[in-house]
Amino acid sequence: MPTPYGARQRRQGLAAVLVIGLFGGLLYLASGARLEPADFTFNNGTEVSTLDPATVTGVPEGRVLRAIFEGLVVKDPLTLAPEPGMAESWEVSEDGLTYTFHMREDARWSDGHPVTSEDFLYTFERFLNPRTAAYYAYQLWYVRGARAYTKEVDADGAPINDFSTVGIHTEGPGTLVIELEAPTPFFVDLVGFYPLFPVSRRNIESAQERWPDSWEIRWLRPENIVTNGPYRVLHRRVNDRIRLVKNETYWDADNVALGTIDVLAIEQDATMLNVYLTGGADLIDRVNTNVVREMMEREDFTPVPYLGTYFYRVNTTKPPYDDVRVREALSLTIPRAQIAVDIMKMGQVPAYGLVPPGMPGYTSAECRKEDTERARALMVEAGFPGGEGFPAIEIHYNTSEAHAQIAQVIALAWQRDLGIRAKLRNEEWKVYLDTQNTLRFDVSRAAWIGDYVDPNTFSDMFVTGGENNKTGWGHPEYDRLISAAAATVDPVTRLEQLRQAEELLMKELPILPIYFYVTQNVVAPRLGGYYENIQDEHFPKHWYWMDDDELAAKRATYTHGKNLVDPHGPAAGMYSPAEMRRRAQR
Amino acid sequence: MKENADKRWDLGGGDMERLLAEAKASKGESLWNDSLRRLKVNKPAWWSLRFLGLFALMSLLAPLLPLRSPVAVNTASGAQAPALVWGDGEYMADVAIGDGITERNIQDSYWDLSALDQTLVHARVGIFGRWQTGHWLGTDHLGRDLLSRLVWGSRTSILVALAATFCSLLIGVVYGAFSGLAGGRVDNLMMRVVDVLYSIPFIFVVIFLITLIGDYRMLLEEKLGLDREKVFYLVIGAIYWLTMARVVRGQVLSLKNSEFIEASRVLGASTARILFQHIVPNVLSIVVVYLTLTIPSVMLFEAFLSFLGLGIEPPKVSWGTIAVEATSAINPLRLFWWMVVFLAMAMGSALLALNILGDGLRDALDPRMRGKD
Amino acid sequence: MTRFLLRRLLWFAITMFVVMSVSFVLMRSVKGGPFDQDRNVEPAIEQNLKKKYHLDWPMWKQFLHYVGPLNLDERGLFGEGERSGEKKFGGVLAGDFGPSFRYRDYTVNDIIGQSLPISALLGIVAMMWALALGISTGIASALRRGSGLDLAMRLAATGGIALPNFVIAGFLIVCFVFLIPLFPVAGWGSIRTMILPGFCLGLVFAAYISRLTRTGMLEALSQEHIRTAHAKGLSPRTVVMRHALKGGLLPVVSYLGPATAGILTGSLVIERIFFIPGTGSHFVNSAINRDYTLAMGVTILYTVLVYSLNLVVDLIYTLLDPRISLEDG
Repeated sequence: MPTPYGARQRRQGLAAVLVIGLFGGLLYLASGARLEPADFTFNNGTEVSTLDPATVTGVPEGRVLRAIFEGLVVKDPLTLAPEPGMAESWEVSEDGLTYTFHMREDARWSDGHPVTSEDFLYTFERFLNPRTAAYYAYQLWYVRGARAYTKEVDADGAPINDFSTVGIHTEGPGTLVIELEAPTPFFVDLVGFYPLFPVSRRNIESAQERWPDSWEIRWLRPENIVTNGPYRVLHRRVNDRIRLVKNETYWDADNVALGTIDVLAIEQDATMLNVYLTGGADLIDRVNTNVVREMMEREDFTPVPYLGTYFYRVNTTKPPYDDVRVREALSLTIPRAQIAVDIMKMGQVPAYGLVPPGMPGYTSAECRKEDTERARALMVEAGFPGGEGFPAIEIHYNTSEAHAQIAQVIALAWQRDLGIRAKLRNEEWKVYLDTQNTLRFDVSRAAWIGDYVDPNTFSDMFVTGGENNKTGWGHPEYDRLISAAAATVDPVTRLEQLRQAEELLMKELPILPIYFYVTQNVVAPRLGGYYENIQDEHFPKHWYWMDDDELAAKRATYTHGKNLVDPHGPAAGMYSPAEMRRRAQR
Repeated sequence: MKENADKRWDLGGGDMERLLAEAKASKGESLWNDSLRRLKVNKPAWWSLRFLGLFALMSLLAPLLPLRSPVAVNTASGAQAPALVWGDGEYMADVAIGDGITERNIQDSYWDLSALDQTLVHARVGIFGRWQTGHWLGTDHLGRDLLSRLVWGSRTSILVALAATFCSLLIGVVYGAFSGLAGGRVDNLMMRVVDVLYSIPFIFVVIFLITLIGDYRMLLEEKLGLDREKVFYLVIGAIYWLTMARVVRGQVLSLKNSEFIEASRVLGASTARILFQHIVPNVLSIVVVYLTLTIPSVMLFEAFLSFLGLGIEPPKVSWGTIAVEATSAINPLRLFWWMVVFLAMAMGSALLALNILGDGLRDALDPRMRGKD
Repeated sequence: MTRFLLRRLLWFAITMFVVMSVSFVLMRSVKGGPFDQDRNVEPAIEQNLKKKYHLDWPMWKQFLHYVGPLNLDERGLFGEGERSGEKKFGGVLAGDFGPSFRYRDYTVNDIIGQSLPISALLGIVAMMWALALGISTGIASALRRGSGLDLAMRLAATGGIALPNFVIAGFLIVCFVFLIPLFPVAGWGSIRTMILPGFCLGLVFAAYISRLTRTGMLEALSQEHIRTAHAKGLSPRTVVMRHALKGGLLPVVSYLGPATAGILTGSLVIERIFFIPGTGSHFVNSAINRDYTLAMGVTILYTVLVYSLNLVVDLIYTLLDPRISLEDG
């Protein structure tokens, strides 16, 4: 049917207007919130799940929380020794059971109110209250009555006990007293752990009043959240960035150098490296093993040992893996050196024990090193000469390139050395966890990162029926040693008990240790106040940009011939006000 | 083409006779012979077909070729650039225990091979002995031979693509043909169901189905003999059938009402004759075209799933998994060019050939083009 | 017209219901929950977590609560209890997609609100690339059918569907970021950041559009009115541009609906590689994280978009081709 010329024209015009309008509108929307480049940008590896200190568990969240909050104590960026934070000083009673913290008087929230012991009392009550659903609540169970307060709940999930049964109380706004169940030498380190960072009661309660149905999300919005650390949150966008700005009300703001920090959420290894190399980020948290050989020659990549162990769990409830001889045979034929040196390549240390090196005063108990002859003999003893009659073993791991590579190398080694059939089975993260929890595997890949610098953070995992045991293994002697260590005050005896426990574990081998972690950070050479350390914890408070002179001085100290790379940052450096004054005086 | 077309509009005098003669000549040829002839004339399509034939043969006979093991790891050497070393005599040196090639060694250096593949491997040993190729195309980060991985990977990829496409074909053709033949309300309803299914984001469904398979893998493997790979085909096939159903239904519908069907009906042809003489060949032609175009997209989909870590499980290898490994090879620090370039060449040429063949087939099988060049 | 829209609306409602129930059931039938971590949680805490997100309810009740419009939470339904301000209404029908489980500081509405404009813009850039490349190569090869140019154009156009886009993206990054530093390597903001990802994303669709244009043009060129136009002595340029192109582009228009849907979900890989905070990555991440609400949210979003885009395409179709009336659809 013919259409009048004008009508057609009108239709086309309408379509054009629609399309142009749509495009313009979107361009406007997307370009709305463009930010100036930050003074410093680091990649966090993924989006944080939340900024509420009580309910976080992950390393990425920790990195942001350490910038915006400050606990009772802070850590020295190099040695990680506890230093005064919100508490100016503290005392421990003779019996090691009572800790008294004296609050810093000039400590302020970002809304200007003082930070008091009441704030910490509120924070700890909220943290332990099962209603808050804090994953890490057990970190405070060293406190008298805390375990019962969290665990004993009514049908509705509310705590049965009153919070007064917990050994935490204030003595005026300046003093906080904490009583423990048993002496805990690492307790001061614990109160500097990010889940125990304080939250502002006013912040939460005013949000509850204003948005009764959505306060749980609202109080954390950048415009509402009140923090007490060196930085505060300015802007957030999911899967993009968190923009932090210097918090001028922070007690030590005079010593904070960087004005703004961007926290990126890049997940793809190749992308984060590209962004770093083009200057879009100044610090990235990991490197793909495929480029490690090249990275190792650069000045910006210096891995150091990290408090983590990569190991395989063995399902000790399933024959033939209930036989310790089989487990030992498997352990004796894992090509650990090949994995550490040829696959990981960053200086990872082959592991023959559970507890990584670097625990002061502790020497790890080790299992036997690789020995194919002995392994074959053990298989003969166990009734599987040359692997005859041995069921195909499945190596279970969560989907990831690196885990797959390691599993393939181990599978080949077991096939070659023990004559058994080895298969691979990868599962996506959540299913993998379920499989582990329900013990439906033969051997399963696992890793553990220490929460604090003490062997106990590793050892107590494998007590009978422990939540993170997941091997079905249990031994009364092991349980006895772990609980004896928990009740011992003398550090030497205590560590010896833990070492005996590890020795037993390495004899029984419900786990097959593979390697100990190293840090993988790539750091702009100009960044100062940054130190690699055993817990891979870094403190934005101390960060600054070196000027050219300081950078040259730093480079002069290199002992190995490392390739110099683009240092990032401003040539004039960027220093804190206090440092600027010091320099001016000089 | 222009010349031919012009004739249609000028039916006066002697032209009419010529047209009739032409019609008579073309009548003698079956649709398929005619199409084949026209396909042969289309040079790019014909070459693509030959290329693909060779390619498929190579994939199928991979165990017969004197390639290195696609899974044998040499981590100490790491990624090696292509080297012009002709080959060496250490057959499967990385995994052999003691001397001699036993059933077990063969199994160990690959994965669970089918009976046919095992026979082929034995034949290979008979022909080439212990000789195997050098790293002609270099090695990947674990020191695995890239040439071998590409050849064995093509096997997996082609198998996935064919099996998945076949699944989609089966469901789609039956559904589409039924819908088209039934017509009316039934047709309307069936097509609406397809529309509804179209609106479900299928990536989402695939992720969940693949996860679900993981949950029940023991059951599936033991009771039904379905391993993850087979379920993988089924799942992809179950998604791609939607388009197939639409295409087939459209063709059936237009054929049902077309003039030449009417004409043969008027001429007294039986329903069966109409169905098999006219409808089936015409529907088949469009199905064949669609197939050649679906296979490449299934291959890319497999690569996409591998990117998400949901694809073929190692140690098995597919082009998708090689492609994912290749992505980390492209970086400004050191370009492992061989890991990307050869894959791109293999994958690109195969998919390109499939697409050209698909286009060629469409042109050749187009009924409107019958009897013309 | 009204009847057509009403019928579409009815089918839309049915589709939505199917999509919601299927994804709801699928999601909850896979193993692992949103709060599973490698460190196991204390039972008392897990109980409270589940309670907070109503995961302790029976499935049907969770579904009803999710769909809405009534807020089944006792506190919401009766407006009493600890938090008297609870809303009486909630759920999808009240426009509330609930809180995200993975990004706990955001609601699903927040996340979609933040990411959708970005995805849409990326999609538009990709579509512009796809149309520009696809239509031009399509026309060129149709006009010179069988020639070397035709073959070259088709080879180029097919290139887009011969390699996975993450491989192509890798090539382009090496070329245009590191060898010739023209574009930033990743991120989102200025127009310059959109060009490379848009191109990578659009390439697949360019290939299809090119093919569709070629076929459509060939068909249109052989039709009567084109012949008439030629016969009337119009310049070939006018014939092609004014007459043939319009008919030739019809199949392209009908492809735009599915293509847009493809771009939405296909942007996942591109978003990851170029670090773009769009919606695409949520399609997969939410499923992998068992972020029930976010997964449902993006699924519903996808369905609504696909449905309304197809509707728009149908409407545009009638604008371009007056012979087609809506009542037929």
